[in-house]
Amino acid sequence: MAYSFPEEVLEHVFSFIQDDKDRNAVSLVCKSWYEIERWCRRRIFVGNCYAVSPRIVMRRFPELRSVSLKGKPHFADFNLVPEGWGGYVYPWISAMAEAYPWLEELRLKRMVVTDEALELISRSFKNFSVLVLSSCEGFTTDGLAAIAANCRNLRVLELWECEVDDRSGNWLSHFPESCTSLVSLSFPCLDGEVSFSALERLVSRCTNLRTLRLNNSVPLDKLPNLLRRAPQLVDLGTGAYTAELRPELYSKLGDAFAGCKGLKSLSGFWEAVPSYLPATYSICAGIRSLNLSYATIQSPDLVKLIRQCPNLQRLWVLDYIEDCGLNALATTCKDLQELRVFPSDPFGVEANVSLTEQGLVSVSEGCPKLQSVLYFCRQMSNAALFTIARNRPNLTRFRLCIIEPRAPDYLTLQPLDAGFGAIVENCKDLQRLSLSGLLTDRVFEYIGTHAKKLEMLSIAFAGDSDLGLHHVLSGCNSLRKLEIRDCPFGDQALLANASKLETMRSLWMSSCSVSFEACKLLGQKMPSLNVEVIDERGSPESRPESLPIDKLYIYRTIAGPRCDMPSFVWNMGERSALRFS
Amino acid sequence: MSPPLLGVGEGQSNVSVVSSPSVDGSCQNGSGLKERNYMGLSDCSSVDSSAISGLAEENKSSLNLKATELRLGLPGSQSPERDPELCLLNPGKLDEKPLFPLLPSKDGIYSSSQKAVVTGNKRGFSDAMDNFSEVKSAVFTEGNWMFPTVGSDSETSQSKPQGKFHVSPGVNAILPVRPSLNSGVKSASAKEHSGTQPGMKKDIVPLKPRASNETGHNTIGASNNNTSAPAAKAQVVGWPPIRSFRKNTLATTSKNNDEVDGKPGPGALFVKVSMDGAPYLRKVDLRTYSAYQELSSALEKMFSCFTIGQCGSHGAPGREMLSESKLRDLLHGSEYVLTYEDKDGDWMLVGDVPWEMFIDSCKRLRIMKSSDAIGLAPRAMEKCRNRN
Repeated sequence: MAYSFPEEVLEHVFSFIQDDKDRNAVSLVCKSWYEIERWCRRRIFVGNCYAVSPRIVMRRFPELRSVSLKGKPHFADFNLVPEGWGGYVYPWISAMAEAYPWLEELRLKRMVVTDEALELISRSFKNFSVLVLSSCEGFTTDGLAAIAANCRNLRVLELWECEVDDRSGNWLSHFPESCTSLVSLSFPCLDGEVSFSALERLVSRCTNLRTLRLNNSVPLDKLPNLLRRAPQLVDLGTGAYTAELRPELYSKLGDAFAGCKGLKSLSGFWEAVPSYLPATYSICAGIRSLNLSYATIQSPDLVKLIRQCPNLQRLWVLDYIEDCGLNALATTCKDLQELRVFPSDPFGVEANVSLTEQGLVSVSEGCPKLQSVLYFCRQMSNAALFTIARNRPNLTRFRLCIIEPRAPDYLTLQPLDAGFGAIVENCKDLQRLSLSGLLTDRVFEYIGTHAKKLEMLSIAFAGDSDLGLHHVLSGCNSLRKLEIRDCPFGDQALLANASKLETMRSLWMSSCSVSFEACKLLGQKMPSLNVEVIDERGSPESRPESLPIDKLYIYRTIAGPRCDMPSFVWNMGERSALRFS
Repeated sequence: MSPPLLGVGEGQSNVSVVSSPSVDGSCQNGSGLKERNYMGLSDCSSVDSSAISGLAEENKSSLNLKATELRLGLPGSQSPERDPELCLLNPGKLDEKPLFPLLPSKDGIYSSSQKAVVTGNKRGFSDAMDNFSEVKSAVFTEGNWMFPTVGSDSETSQSKPQGKFHVSPGVNAILPVRPSLNSGVKSASAKEHSGTQPGMKKDIVPLKPRASNETGHNTIGASNNNTSAPAAKAQVVGWPPIRSFRKNTLATTSKNNDEVDGKPGPGALFVKVSMDGAPYLRKVDLRTYSAYQELSSALEKMFSCFTIGQCGSHGAPGREMLSESKLRDLLHGSEYVLTYEDKDGDWMLVGDVPWEMFIDSCKRLRIMKSSDAIGLAPRAMEKCRNRN
């Protein structure tokens, strides 16, 4: 090939291409590009750990340095996936220990991580530097101690909403005195105490520390010392933000915050008391991101804090903020891009706060850059949704959770089809949508018609018939993840759109009307899908085939049926079908 | 094109099921990504009733529709006609005539197979099809936008268009934007609306949960949500969609800040429950129970499938149901005892402390064999002895 570049040149060019999609495109150009690219790819993202096997990954990409894996389906966050379903990371770690001795980064989400896995990580990868575990479970602080002790170059250790067994073994003290490399340390989800002296020493010697997120066990009076030792912090998660009002503590705290001139992000505020909030005011002008979603502070105090943060881009808050607080947000924070409002009393029958659809409407009016919304409320109207859609065509993520299932438009008692229809019609770049309230098949027709860029859709207690599901599967061209619960969707739409499923990452359906018969059919006819029936009532074979199964998880895969299925999960593929006959 | 949804009074009578949007969308898809042509739908241009039966008929031969029909009746019904070599994925056929298999052909096969639907389907499929037909016919009478009040078989009658729809005065401005309405027919159109009844909100909510209760064993007593709002709402699993970490944290925080809310029973408290010999764990929300008895019976129900398994080989169809008393015996008698791990990491027998104190300190539950629990507390030993 006289006209092609030498491999080294191509490789050098490729090294500037970092984005996964671009890399994939490069690898499809021709065989030689495929070969070159695969040898120089350094990072991969596997959105579903069962879509591929460790062996396949290692065979294709022999020189990876950074691996991201996701395990359980999203609805596992809400206890819809039984324990023991899967998502074990150990097989990956043990394979990578052999194939990737130079692995540096591991990011895992919704996976089962054991102490053995953590220990293996800590011993196998000499340059290991980044460990991020989100919504993972299965390990204890002993595993963390191993990471702390053995990873000489650890830069990032972040635990997000993991379920960790706290053995209170002072895992933090296992960081050797020689460790100075930490850039990010985050453990807000841990229950137990850490050694404060070890923490202080660690923070002191890690002069590159940018992110420090503490857990609830670190009391407020320890915070000033920590902040003084880390004036370079950019991202701080406080520990418990409560103490009796002591003037000298207050002023120490205020001074300490003032010293951290680079702070851009604040979170934590466990059990926050309003009187200590003003201690943060000196740096609020620089704050871009504020997570107050664990702070049970009432609206007036929240508003006072928010008014100090005109450059806020992201706000996570409880519904204590109420409509009036959101009005204030809308007037103050013109750069706001993301808003999440969580319910303070999700299981209460009556509203405990005055937060309605009005708050969201105000923010949609006042914040021109608003793109991402997660909003829990107890009432919604089509009119409000029209307004929001009209105001904010730049929305990319819209997740609305009306707490009562199937709640209609509270003004007209009509379904909210038209309102959500307006959202998808106006917000042409919408990537993620979660529906709630009373919805008929019509809303799915709107979605199928307009939501062409939609990648993830969450549906609950909605729709009337298979037509609804059919609209979505046939119309949403960019759909990758679809999760459905408690909807009257059954076999027809699923079977009619079987090939669509190969273009998606996954489909979850629980408490719907899909029959075992249809699942078997799908599994047999679509070898590139794993059709998993999850049923805790026992084998679906023991019931008539036409009865609905409990839960269904379908995902595309090149690795075939997985071998770690528990007894309540059945794969509907060809080979498995033989078992039943 | 697609009817605009915004704008008061634009009153498109173009009921969108008929219109071309699905064509546009699917066509775009079809032209660019041929290999992903969803079976039979790329140029589904005619979703109107006049073409329906025609399509159904002529496409049966080309697409072997019959073979893809899902028989919802019991196995064996209609099966002689079934072609074992289903054409679901025959690529040659995919580009052919579009057919949306859900079209309600007045085809005898559909209706007859529906009647054989076994109860236990959340919505009788016949209802779905009936409603669909209703929608279809309703669609073409202008302004008669049917609000399908779907539900279980008992509510089939309600799926017919209903009469009056009373709206509150302030609502008129909103109605005309609904695509099925004609413009200018503002207040009158309200009356044309079918299917919704006055004071509907309270009626509607129980309708669907009731239906879902038939199969959704996860839906815990949602149908109990009556017009008289109960003090503590029965919880549906996983709803509202809040992560356990947040739920548990809220619970703890609310407990500490009781004076802020002044309300009892905040949040949820999920703990893992394991049973010796059972293949997997469960999670229970301790706040949904108010006494040991409730917790115990809930656990019995939850783990009953394991005790059945204990009797027979695991995986064998558990058709013999254990009687409730035998079940209780298994749990309360010599077989198993309920223990919990407290905040200090010690394993204790459940039932020794007042309930409130228990849920305060319980981190995890374990149903263990009484023989293993011997070291735990004298009570377990006593139970063993008394039994034998």
